[in-house]
Amino acid sequence: MRPPRSVRPASRVRLHPLGDTALLAELGTRLDTALNTRAIALATALKKRRDVRQAVAGYAGVTVHFDPDQTTHETLGAAIKRLAAKRPPMAEPGRLHRIPVVYAGPDLEEVAARLNLTRETIAELHSKPIYRVFLVGFVPGWAYLGPLPEELELPRRQVPRTQVPAGSVAIAGRQTGIYPLPTPGGWHLIGRTSVKLFLPDRDPPCLFRAGDRVKFFAANL
Amino acid sequence: MLRVLEPGLFTTVQDLGRPNAIASGVPPGGAMDRFAHRAANLLVGNSEGDATLECTLTGPHLLAERSCVVAIAGAEFEIRINGQVAPTWTGIFLGKGDHLAFGARRSGGRAYVAVAGGIQADRWLGSASTNLMAARGGMNGRNMKAGDQIGVAREASRPAVSGHHLPKRLHPDYGNHTLAAVVGPHLKRLDPDSRGLLFKAAFKVSREADRMGYRLDGPRLGTSGDELLSFGLTAGAVQVPHGGQAILLMADHQTAGGYPVVATVVSASMPVAAQLVPGDELHFAEVTLDRAHQMRLSLANALDTLREPAR
Repeated sequence: MRPPRSVRPASRVRLHPLGDTALLAELGTRLDTALNTRAIALATALKKRRDVRQAVAGYAGVTVHFDPDQTTHETLGAAIKRLAAKRPPMAEPGRLHRIPVVYAGPDLEEVAARLNLTRETIAELHSKPIYRVFLVGFVPGWAYLGPLPEELELPRRQVPRTQVPAGSVAIAGRQTGIYPLPTPGGWHLIGRTSVKLFLPDRDPPCLFRAGDRVKFFAANL
Repeated sequence: MLRVLEPGLFTTVQDLGRPNAIASGVPPGGAMDRFAHRAANLLVGNSEGDATLECTLTGPHLLAERSCVVAIAGAEFEIRINGQVAPTWTGIFLGKGDHLAFGARRSGGRAYVAVAGGIQADRWLGSASTNLMAARGGMNGRNMKAGDQIGVAREASRPAVSGHHLPKRLHPDYGNHTLAAVVGPHLKRLDPDSRGLLFKAAFKVSREADRMGYRLDGPRLGTSGDELLSFGLTAGAVQVPHGGQAILLMADHQTAGGYPVVATVVSASMPVAAQLVPGDELHFAEVTLDRAHQMRLSLANALDTLREPAR
């Protein structure tokens, strides 16, 4: 269990233009649940603005797409600083998803050897935490989940695969995720799931949203 | 309304994209050259957000099964109607049974065909743009093939008028392959030599160039620093992955990533970027946000001339 967090002073926001119609508001540079919670709250607040077309929360910042005919980087930047200085509203706990995984991915053997763990221990360690959805993006339905237990930390594969099957459960660094579609990928494939993450006929078209919680459990075929 | 006799290399339905879907990891999509897309629509009396056909490198051959007004803008192709050369950037009338054929491409990579009333298409997440990965939007989520029938979204409230024209002096400067760009959030991660090269060196569009983005041949750009945490991306961003080969993100870009973004091409230069083809050389020129704003207004003013009544 985490100790109760003391109220920390609002850190400075760093604003970077992304061309003339978007900007990146950086709240920090660490993989940190509190920062991510603030980023999601900031994105939610910004989306309500008339001049904002879309605001996407990243791990520790927000990418804001705006209408340049309605605002400027300065005006929006001032609003972002104001919003970021406010204490974020109490974060909702996020929906909990339970995802069955068959721990028999093509990289499981190699990961076990490199980490000097048994396959069973890997499954146990991977399915133990309740992960947080830090960010949805990259390809449709992909979600960056974490933090992964330190014991499972590995750098990405040297040579990425050109095609990873949909439903592959993968790890890299302190992150884990599920490939929603067949795509190229450089993460280690330790398992697979039948749960569909990309739901093209729903709106929003993905199962996970930023701030949701995910618990994996070992399943048989 | 229009029958596809030959589809061309890669012809898809596009509009102004689906910005709301990026929070779900779905690329924004939409026309690569928004200026040409908007101009084509305005030339036939449509709204600028109506769906058009985006034709890539080789264009289609279409048969008008009913009379209609169309306009073609963007890349310069030789266009023939029943064998007679027809103008581009101009509203043109097609009678029932007329053949519209794209011929040789003279410059640019993508042309847009607008039809008065707008092209009827599947909508997905608020846009008619074709998304091949999800197989949604446009023509059943795929590119055009021979035999497809292209319908019109709505009957025009007043008859569409042919003869509207956008003179060349009001087009983006497509022949000038210098892309105006604003310094990106991670420019400082470039080593000093690479920082000097970014706005000086010539880059070339490689063969790995599609609607997602262009890998650029040119100097290898060295970066340093810890891995970045992933963040939301935008079209026009110039990413530098580990190998040092820069990537210019285009309309169907990945919505998030963790590679340094060292510059972002401004919106007014994106139509020029959209018309680049593999082998084309390009430069990045650093501009201020004020300059980017002026450039954007200048293109918007050019399009506004099409909202005025025709003489």
